[in-house]
Amino acid sequence: MSAEPKQDTSSSTALDRSDVRVKHQAGVGGAISAFFDRVRSGDLGSLPVIVGLVIIWSVFTALNPVFVSSSNLVNLLFDCSTVGVIALGIVCVLMVGEIDLSVGSISGFASAMVGTLWVNQGWPVALAILAALAVGGFIGALYALLFNRLGMPSFVSTLAGLLAVLGLQLYILGSTGSINLPYGSHLVNFGQLLVMPDWLSYALAAVPGIVMLITGLRTVSRRRAVNLSAPSVGGLIVRVAALTILLELIVGYLNQARGIPWMFGLFVGLVVAMNYALTRTQWGRSMTAVGGNREAARRAGIKVRSIYLSAFVMCSMFAALGGVLSAARLASASQQAGTGDVNLNAIAAAVIGGTSLFGGRGSAYSALLGIIVIQSIASGLTLLDLSSSLRYMITGAVLAIAVIVDSLARRSRVSHGRA
Amino acid sequence: MSDISDGPVSAGELVLSLRGISKNFGAVSALTEIDLDVHAGEVVALVGDNGAGKSTLVKILAGVHQPTSGTIDFRGKQVTMPDPSAALTLGIATVFQDLALCENLDVVANIFLGKELNPLRLDEVAMEIRAWTLLNELSARIPTVREAVASLSGGQRQTVAIARSLLLDPKVILLDEPTAALGVAQTAEVLNLIDRVRERGLGVLMISHNMEDVRAVADRIVVLRLGRNNGVFEPDASNQELVSAITGAANNAVSRRAERRKAAQAQSQEQRP
Repeated sequence: MSAEPKQDTSSSTALDRSDVRVKHQAGVGGAISAFFDRVRSGDLGSLPVIVGLVIIWSVFTALNPVFVSSSNLVNLLFDCSTVGVIALGIVCVLMVGEIDLSVGSISGFASAMVGTLWVNQGWPVALAILAALAVGGFIGALYALLFNRLGMPSFVSTLAGLLAVLGLQLYILGSTGSINLPYGSHLVNFGQLLVMPDWLSYALAAVPGIVMLITGLRTVSRRRAVNLSAPSVGGLIVRVAALTILLELIVGYLNQARGIPWMFGLFVGLVVAMNYALTRTQWGRSMTAVGGNREAARRAGIKVRSIYLSAFVMCSMFAALGGVLSAARLASASQQAGTGDVNLNAIAAAVIGGTSLFGGRGSAYSALLGIIVIQSIASGLTLLDLSSSLRYMITGAVLAIAVIVDSLARRSRVSHGRA
Repeated sequence: MSDISDGPVSAGELVLSLRGISKNFGAVSALTEIDLDVHAGEVVALVGDNGAGKSTLVKILAGVHQPTSGTIDFRGKQVTMPDPSAALTLGIATVFQDLALCENLDVVANIFLGKELNPLRLDEVAMEIRAWTLLNELSARIPTVREAVASLSGGQRQTVAIARSLLLDPKVILLDEPTAALGVAQTAEVLNLIDRVRERGLGVLMISHNMEDVRAVADRIVVLRLGRNNGVFEPDASNQELVSAITGAANNAVSRRAERRKAAQAQSQEQRP
């Protein structure tokens, strides 16, 4: 009997720790070894993208030290925010196992709408933006209608949408071809200049740690109170400290140049809100379930059609918002807006960040990480004075690697019995 | 009777009553004029050969399919179930043959799928407690409820699916082949569980191919054959009666095999000195 684990003999065995066959990791060391176990079985999370980011940054820094200068990184953050918001929408549709190929066109159309309504028609800027978002949402609802009622694959309906919406964009821009947004207006300042004051950025960088600490401690005490095992407080404090120090260092470094752009703040705010919605609400749970097993979700009483509707509408609205932001960034609404690589960059960002193309697996943070990878490549190659031909090739290769990692990890998860 | 739909079920009350249910898939009539009653505190076994329409009937009662014609009365009121959530709201819970679990979600998320506590800020702790309580009631052997369902064995998944069906305090439980994937001990556990569910005054409709299990728990055995009612039996009916009702002939593969074996045994006894 003496060989039996201690847990088994103690009278205060937690409700979820009564099975002796399961290894339970406790404390800081346990958390680290559990992490390695997870990675080995193919549950990679955001590890590949972080490794990839380190490699990309090292290479570009070696080739041109200006790459890691704080002023270049601040520019990088400005550029990330526009396509990043679009990628956030792509995460929504990928979660339910669908795709939207028309996000580039929708973003271009939205920027054209803002240009026409605000500059040419004299609408208030806020109203013009709201109108663009509403039209974006309407297009998404149309895709959902085609998908739910007619069974049209989203791949095809959004491909048709790509062409049709691009046509609309060209139509409303008319013969002029491009509309310049007035410099000095709030919208353009927001897209090009406005940064947070230093004190605010330091304060905001401390917020995630504080929130994590408070919710973590509350969870620990609630779980202990009802006799469930709880994660160690030590591990929590280590993680909170590491996160806070890292964020404060990044903010401090960026504040040596212009500082944190408000536009990037908006993007990160949306990512955090989206992450909460996907992981901590019934809606997010339903999204994951529909992406994992549509029929099981339906039989559990989930209104599958409304879930698809919400995914498509959110994707198109995020695309429209991204279009408005890129119009602000470029101070113009042109025929080129949203064409070229915007579409593919947005989809690639979500996938590179770790959202599965097969549905049911993903996180809002993948949009953030993925778009930083893509913009880093773009920025690094621009600094090296290399043409866009190379940029396309390298981005393509990174996307291919990301999908290969996703497929391999998926296979490994299946053989290790993880979903 | 029709006014007490939300109140507690009285013992022996007719909870579920089907009259003249038919279901056509194109030219194929999967079910023809099926009548079936389930009372509170009663286990009704539904048996029949492959293709007899058992699973189709369960899917109609679960709201997955809609009947082509016929009426369903639930606690004295005629009802229609346009989708699975309608059936769940009425109090008809189903454990499907394919279990209908989401492999990418953990055990707690699967048990509470579609009925999460506190929709805008999921109450994970309360859900985990309730999940453990349900699983312990079933003496389930689930190592951890925070692991994705993909990592569980067939029997463990079955237990999760049954635990999920009990979550909403249903009035009737439909079990489609509940013991097919289970080992000896777990089959006994599930049969115990069915007994316990009956004691709680619920109606149980159970599909099974295993005559031994059926006899062990059922109060009535309803036989379907080629989509039609083909007799109702007491659990003490002889095996031969049941098999001939299921296959539709006294001279069938099962009886022929039994005769062959008997003959072979007789022969071998003769050969022995």
